[in-house]
Amino acid sequence: MTTTTNPASETDRIEKRITLRAAPSRVWQAISSSREFGTWFEAEFREEFAPGATVHGRITHKGFEHLTMELQIERMEPERLFSFRWHPFAIEPDVDYSAESTTLVEIRLEPAQGGTELIVSESGFDRIPASRRAKAFEMNAKGWAEQLRNIERHVAGA
Amino acid sequence: MLQGRSVAASLRKGAPVFAALGDETRLRIVARLSSDGPLSIARITDGEAVTRQAITKHLNVLSSAGLVHGVRRGRERLWELKPAPLDDARRYLDLVSARWDRALARLKLLVED
Repeated sequence: MTTTTNPASETDRIEKRITLRAAPSRVWQAISSSREFGTWFEAEFREEFAPGATVHGRITHKGFEHLTMELQIERMEPERLFSFRWHPFAIEPDVDYSAESTTLVEIRLEPAQGGTELIVSESGFDRIPASRRAKAFEMNAKGWAEQLRNIERHVAGA
Repeated sequence: MLQGRSVAASLRKGAPVFAALGDETRLRIVARLSSDGPLSIARITDGEAVTRQAITKHLNVLSSAGLVHGVRRGRERLWELKPAPLDDARRYLDLVSARWDRALARLKLLVED
């Protein structure tokens, strides 16, 4: 998987590419079906995805099951493009994120030798408030603190 | 396959850090600097069963892995955990990037099943 940055701003956009050994039709199903999307994006959606729809999914990522994510679906072009806007790392249950900027996620599919090339980009990070970024670090720092405790337990037991 | 390469690359980058932390004494030093803040070598040696020279060696290993650095406070030299080398915006993007890596690895498993 490769990451490239936009020369206009190094911190506004991220891009990932991956080659999947599955036909574009299969990959499209895993992206466009809200149920299948949820299995890899870690959320349970009750509504189906549709262009212009706003859908809600209960987060299934361990430790964050009390939270709901909201996706504003923009474009759905079968086997080509799926795009939505959302609030990344919206992890505080009592915060109203609706007034804040969203990021745009675009998932593009291209037929490739023996499968499908998937290119995902997420942009608009420069407009995410600094305080929100700090929250994401806090979430990540908790993860690291837990890892350090695991190492300590491991070392103590060895 | 691409996922594996990316994981291998980040592990290689992190290898000196893992090696530096792969020692009980050094791990304890990091934990103490994390909870007590900057400490002199004398203070660090206090709670340890090893010599001051040994502690100095450990601090040098931690320092070359970029985990700690020495700062001069008056006549004393204190050791403290080093702040992350990258700025917040860049580090934020690293978090986002890591999250996409994990999500795409799960998508790969799903569709290649």
